[in-house]
Amino acid sequence: MATATGSSTSAPKSKGLLGWIDERLPVSQFVHDHLTGYYAPKNFNFWYYFGSLALLVFVLQIFTGIFLTMHYKPSELAAFDSVEYIMREVEYGWLIRYMHSTGASAFFIVVYLHMARAFLYGSYKRPRELLWLIGMLIYLALMAEAFMGYVLPWGNMSFWGAQVIVNLFGTIPVVGPGLVEWIRGDFGIGDATLNRFFSFHVIAIPFALAMLIVLHLAALHTTGSNNPDGVEIKKNKDKNGLPVDGIPFHPYYTVKDIVGVGVFLTLFAIVVFFTPTLGGLFLEKPNFEPANALSTPEHIAPVWYFTAFYAILRAVPDQQMGALLMLLAVVAFFFMPWLDRAKNNSMRYRGTLSKVHLGMFFVTFIVLSYLGLQPAEGVYVLLARIFTTLYFAYFLLLPFISKADGNGPVPERVTYHAH
Amino acid sequence: MRTKIVLLAAAIAATHGLVASAATGIPGDWQHWSAEVEINNLASRQRGARNFMSYCSGCHSIKYLRYSRLAKDLDIAPEQLQKFLLPPDAKSSDYMTTSMLASDGAAWFGTAPPDLSLITRSKGADYVYRFLKTFYLDPGKPSGVNNLALEGTAMPHVLSSLQGLQSAVFRNEEIAGEGGEPVTVKTWEKFQLDVPGTLSAAEYDQFVGDLINFLQYAGEPAQVDRQKLGVWVVLFLLVFTLLAYLLKREYWRDVR
Repeated sequence: MATATGSSTSAPKSKGLLGWIDERLPVSQFVHDHLTGYYAPKNFNFWYYFGSLALLVFVLQIFTGIFLTMHYKPSELAAFDSVEYIMREVEYGWLIRYMHSTGASAFFIVVYLHMARAFLYGSYKRPRELLWLIGMLIYLALMAEAFMGYVLPWGNMSFWGAQVIVNLFGTIPVVGPGLVEWIRGDFGIGDATLNRFFSFHVIAIPFALAMLIVLHLAALHTTGSNNPDGVEIKKNKDKNGLPVDGIPFHPYYTVKDIVGVGVFLTLFAIVVFFTPTLGGLFLEKPNFEPANALSTPEHIAPVWYFTAFYAILRAVPDQQMGALLMLLAVVAFFFMPWLDRAKNNSMRYRGTLSKVHLGMFFVTFIVLSYLGLQPAEGVYVLLARIFTTLYFAYFLLLPFISKADGNGPVPERVTYHAH
Repeated sequence: MRTKIVLLAAAIAATHGLVASAATGIPGDWQHWSAEVEINNLASRQRGARNFMSYCSGCHSIKYLRYSRLAKDLDIAPEQLQKFLLPPDAKSSDYMTTSMLASDGAAWFGTAPPDLSLITRSKGADYVYRFLKTFYLDPGKPSGVNNLALEGTAMPHVLSSLQGLQSAVFRNEEIAGEGGEPVTVKTWEKFQLDVPGTLSAAEYDQFVGDLINFLQYAGEPAQVDRQKLGVWVVLFLLVFTLLAYLLKREYWRDVR
């Protein structure tokens, strides 16, 4: 199989048990194609840790999720109690639960940084458009997974959050009201809703996520990785057909990624063991009260990772338009490979205008995330409107700015200084 | 870019303004009182458990906590548990329920007294502290008292024999409302002790503090163990990261 980096070498022949297996299942060839014989650019920087970290968090969520599912009860009457049972009576249940709840936020942190990397170095650009689109599908699946998982503890914010989000589907003309009923499985958010969300959260979406991750990696290993300089390492090969600026993923990037894992897990453990609610940001206060249809929390806000989109939703006075705009805000990401018309991939070789433009977009996303956590009143509404406009302005201006400002000279080789 | 920074600053400034005014209840300094939780103070948690069983458990449950777990975590010997804390008809493996029926509570007070298992997690320890410190005489209420932190609370001042009974002194303050017109706001100024209780102000503060330390513990019984274990986990991960870094550096020597 020809690998990304153009080398179509085969794995060395093995003897003994491995040789016996290799004749029946291409284990050695697989390891060769994807690890020891897979060449990645040698100039990866900080931003390149987050792919492997996202995979790590996915595995953590699956494992902690398996143990939570052993004790959790997806019933309107028992869900909240069963979570407290896990927190208090299951051996190390609190650890499993905090790892899972912190893992949800950690997942979005690493995914947002992973996406930011793509924006910085043009990783979505040709020939990696499909890789980007599959990644965006992973992001959508992750949003659905996180939302439904958030409903399961059946706290008051779970309940009212589900109410708000599910009702968004009601703004769709004609089919809306019927659709909402179909999603809930009842005339209100209740036992039927909780049961189906549980089913989706533990089976359907994790399964879809796993398959999408395999496709994401398959696409990555077909095109090969981009890098901070955005130049193709495949264009510059030695006499053996190996890229001069490439190094085998294993052992070089496996040992490097393990350092990233160490740093990440240290930060992760600090949150899990010392501040698992992170001041109400990772676990919100109202969710320590059981779901109550008669008592609305003071401010209904989703968890921080959705608040940028929530701020956009609330910025529009008309609910239908707001929902449409929120949908557009997510969908816009899908078009990045075609909106960015620069010749160069990396921000390193684009003009100041492009850099400021992207910097403003990052600031806008963070400010919107902050605004979504605040009550929709007073100056916050005005700010949300301004930043919503700036959010969409990024995508609308991108084709022109990238075309005008992304054609400077690029180096032949990647920049790398040996340590 | 520059306008953005200005706007960001405006947003941050606006939050600080709003946080003060958005807090519930009658405004005043009491809104800044803080409980100063000492979750590692075992003696305080033990006293808090005693306080809870003597003054609160008649109406409020901690339905997710077992007496046996409480005894284990707070270092209370079985004989002491039996003698001082356990209700006569309860087994030590029982959850800390209350003998008051929810329907009776609703009939007597207008609303059933809430379970307090998670009260410091859902409302915060500071809220509970302010609530227990800001009962004041209000002849207009059926219980004779009102509360700054929870206006119109159905709860009588159960701790009045300890704290005594205080009346609140309010003043009217004019602030700029929406549209610039002045609005008069009733503001709390101070309390005045009318009938002294059996405890001094400092002793009552200690009493409430102990109770809150206990409730904070009851909200998450594993939290003391969690922090102890966390120190070792983080130390392990730091060593792991260091070793991983040294390994990486060794491998990367040949990358030119």
